[in-house]
Amino acid sequence: MLDLKGLHFRAAFFREVRSFFDSHAFLEVDTPIRQPLVIPEQNISHIPSSDCFLQSSPELYMKRLLAIGGCEQIYQVCRCFRYGERGRLHLEEFVMLEWYRKDADYIELMRDCEQLIRFLCVTLTNHSFPLNVDQPWEYLTVGDAFTKYSSLSAGEALQRDCFDELLVEDVEPQLGRTCPTFLYDYPLELASLARQKREEPELAERFELYIEGVELANGFSELTDPKIQRERFLAEYSAMGCGHQTMPEQFLTSLGQLDEAAGIAMGLDRLLMLFAGSSNLQEIVPFPPEELDM
Amino acid sequence: MFAASDLRKGLKIQIDGAPYIITHFEFSKPGKGQALYRCKLRNMINGNQQSQTYRSNEKFEKPALSERKMQYLYNQGDEYHFMDTESYEQTFITAEQLGDNIKFLQDNMELAVLFFDEKPIDVTLPIFVNLVVTIAEPWAKGDTSGNDTKPVTVDSGYMLQVPPFVVEGDKIQIDTRTGAYVTRVKE
Repeated sequence: MLDLKGLHFRAAFFREVRSFFDSHAFLEVDTPIRQPLVIPEQNISHIPSSDCFLQSSPELYMKRLLAIGGCEQIYQVCRCFRYGERGRLHLEEFVMLEWYRKDADYIELMRDCEQLIRFLCVTLTNHSFPLNVDQPWEYLTVGDAFTKYSSLSAGEALQRDCFDELLVEDVEPQLGRTCPTFLYDYPLELASLARQKREEPELAERFELYIEGVELANGFSELTDPKIQRERFLAEYSAMGCGHQTMPEQFLTSLGQLDEAAGIAMGLDRLLMLFAGSSNLQEIVPFPPEELDM
Repeated sequence: MFAASDLRKGLKIQIDGAPYIITHFEFSKPGKGQALYRCKLRNMINGNQQSQTYRSNEKFEKPALSERKMQYLYNQGDEYHFMDTESYEQTFITAEQLGDNIKFLQDNMELAVLFFDEKPIDVTLPIFVNLVVTIAEPWAKGDTSGNDTKPVTVDSGYMLQVPPFVVEGDKIQIDTRTGAYVTRVKE
């Protein structure tokens, strides 16, 4: 169980995160945690809740607020759930921070990340953040990262079906060691909801933020073409071998109303872990899973 | 059978017909990628270490491991002979397989022998063993060198550091996990 000092630090951390977004004119929103339909994602197992699923991310409903709710900039701090994800850096129930900007792209989100973390480094007292964030941060494309750190290029790794393995074993441990690293421009096939890069159509405008080898956030310029989004969902359904292919029709319709937008999901427990000087999520949550009554 | 989601530190699995123990485990899931189960494994027969990354659809056989209570009898060259205390069946384990455990073996000592597919592969020693000091330098009174330990040899041939008051013929207790002196045993 987290001690009183830890609880105070955790509370201050969430307070300062909210204060950052509030002071930057983001509207705090909340969306349904129980969702009757979840979008197809091969690598996420949802936890059922009677006739619904617990959300793995609030992105569908946040994008609807952006598309037809009249919102310009929104954020949410909420619980998300992913079955079977347990470890030093994984909790089945965790706190997600998501924020979305209308008329913006992934570059602006990276700037937001820099500002947020610099803000927290100043406002949080007694933190143990491992890096100096004042110097310029590293921007590294996925292609360059594989060339630099791995035995295969990103393209070859995809072809030989070992992209995830090489990313985890060779690339990730090298990222965010002297300053935070943005790993960006992912192969298009690894971006279900991200927009294709205009100048380089084989890439998607997607990025991840790494600090001390820990992946903290996944953001992208939103794909706002409902037709392409429908095709990607169908492709995901077939890759999953799914017979039923129910589409989130209201989401797809509202997507058509959205011109340009960008959104990002950040694992707040992991960010808090880094500020607390820990390397294990179990040490910074009030109750780690093994301390729950069974 | 074990699924990838069963993998954890300490679990024993079978790979290519050999038993392995997981010595280090980490769950990974990069970005929107798939779940990966990263393991460091030790071959329980030859001690070789290796790293492996598994995907969630992989399955693992449970190695046929069993433990039997046995008594250490004697060694003949590199072969160390043990007897099942219930069936009186005898078997031997090589010095290589016993590794550092040899240092703490004593005639008639009772211990657990680990079998894989009916072949003995390892022993589990008692945590504490009592061995007799066979060689010890006398402690020079007034020694001002500041040393608060001295080396001795026990009847299994093992050498260790003990407090200066231990003399030849003393029986001392040793922690087999660390190989360190615990206390002098009075009888």
